[in-house]
Amino acid sequence: MKYFEEDRSKFPPKNADGSFQIDLESHKFTHIWQGPQHPGVTGNMSLELIIQGDEVMQCETHVGYLHRGFEKLMERRKYIQCFPLVCRICVPEPDFNEYCFAAGVEELAGIEVPEKALWIRTLVLEMARLASYLMWMGGAAGSLGHGLPGQWTNYLRDYILDRFEELTGGRIYHMYILPGGVRNDLPEGFKQRLLEVLDDIEQIMKDVKTVMFNNTVFKKRTQGLGIIDPSWVEPYGITGPNARAAGIPLDVRKDSPYLKYPELDFEPVTGQESDAYTRLDVRRRDLLITVDLIRQILNKMPENGEYMAPLPNVLNWEIPRGETYVRAECTRGEYGYYMVSDGSMYPRRVNVRGPSYTHAVALMEKLVVGVNIADVAALMTSLHTYPPEIER
Amino acid sequence: MDYVIQELKTLFSGQNFEKKRGDLLFATLDTGVLVQALKHLRDMLGFRHLVLITAVDWIEEDLFQITYLLRNYTQKTDVGIRVFVPRSNPIMESIHTLWETAATYQRELHEMFGIDFPGSPRVNKPFILEGWQEIPPYRRDFDTKKYAEETYFPRPGRKTHDPETYMKQKLYPDGTES
Repeated sequence: MKYFEEDRSKFPPKNADGSFQIDLESHKFTHIWQGPQHPGVTGNMSLELIIQGDEVMQCETHVGYLHRGFEKLMERRKYIQCFPLVCRICVPEPDFNEYCFAAGVEELAGIEVPEKALWIRTLVLEMARLASYLMWMGGAAGSLGHGLPGQWTNYLRDYILDRFEELTGGRIYHMYILPGGVRNDLPEGFKQRLLEVLDDIEQIMKDVKTVMFNNTVFKKRTQGLGIIDPSWVEPYGITGPNARAAGIPLDVRKDSPYLKYPELDFEPVTGQESDAYTRLDVRRRDLLITVDLIRQILNKMPENGEYMAPLPNVLNWEIPRGETYVRAECTRGEYGYYMVSDGSMYPRRVNVRGPSYTHAVALMEKLVVGVNIADVAALMTSLHTYPPEIER
Repeated sequence: MDYVIQELKTLFSGQNFEKKRGDLLFATLDTGVLVQALKHLRDMLGFRHLVLITAVDWIEEDLFQITYLLRNYTQKTDVGIRVFVPRSNPIMESIHTLWETAATYQRELHEMFGIDFPGSPRVNKPFILEGWQEIPPYRRDFDTKKYAEETYFPRPGRKTHDPETYMKQKLYPDGTES
């Protein structure tokens, strides 16, 4: 009796919709869970996998381990009370939440933000992008068996967190961008210290490229893994580096310019192969673009000026009735806030649109079929999934 | 955006057009024409990216607002389509055949607001909550504070302040505000 089919093209048989016919009672399949403990920076979500041998046949994403009900909590809080809450939706890059929330409130309330605050916000968002990429790169390296580059990038991230601490008082949650502007001006000597960190990052990223991206084992494992067809970008709502790696230059910073991005000189990084290696490489190159953008911002930012617009009494702040949607480009793609006000002091509805909502559920379930079980973690990190923005 | 308003008005009797920004338009449609309108927006007017689907609970009017936000990457514009369904019988046609990713949004709306999308894949399977017995939690009549007090062990010693009176006391301890 044969325990396996030599011709893999005929087994397992397929249903009419293209999915595999899986009979767990046949003992030819194994039902396992990957997660919710995360192997890299994939966060606390789990994949329910059915494997045959070491190949994934079926996958279902399970989220809910981090649900804190932010959107509901905000309905019970005044706008200014929501401001320290929103940053907690996304740990590695809370500033995109702060910006989108502040921009939404400003748009609904008709507040004009001062020029200097716009520059500082752009700087903070790019610093957050840099910190997040560096942390993600550590996770990506870890999930592919590279301990060392992960440690390098994480200590570089710590330098960025030091600058954040200096600027905002907080390392992880900054609560710095608030409706009307930012909380404070740049400290004295901040620019110089940040530039020194950027030099370090550029230097170490050369080593990361040599050790990780030029490594044969790394290439063998990631090239050809999880190829996203460019035709999937629209039906699956793929944005950010995952779409750019497929050759489609989607970047909110270019497509719907916000803050001071129209005054900065950059081109979105794109790839062609659309596999895990290309996605990782697109992010590495995007990280270097971010370093360049921060230098440009520091160069162009005015020295003096107001950093906060006058606000009404925020404890009795009634926002006019209306709805809006604001978006920003985070490291994973389009991050957006849909906000509805009913004219009261409390938001009627705030809906957070995180890019992982589509990447980690519909897309992941499709991509992971046929992948070797050992590469599932690498695939997750290549998509840069992040569960708290799925379940909020 | 004027051509979008014109098309929605003539073909689908769109109402309540609201130009929020130069690149963002909101419009209200009837539930019956929604799928046709979204298909038209996607195939004829280039709004090919489904940004999000979400709901707003207008409990005072006994209605759920479902918002579909679409993006046109060529024109770099967004259009938000609002439809209203009754709270007493919240059913909406599924659009998972237009965008694969819509199934996830619909599954969440079913769980969080109790809006049904018949035919949407796995729409009845729990998405975020597990073993939930109460009314859908994102409805306005679900009281999070009451639920938390009844469900979880109280933590004595925790002090909360009404922000207004607390700040008044801090700023004007002798009550000399005016």
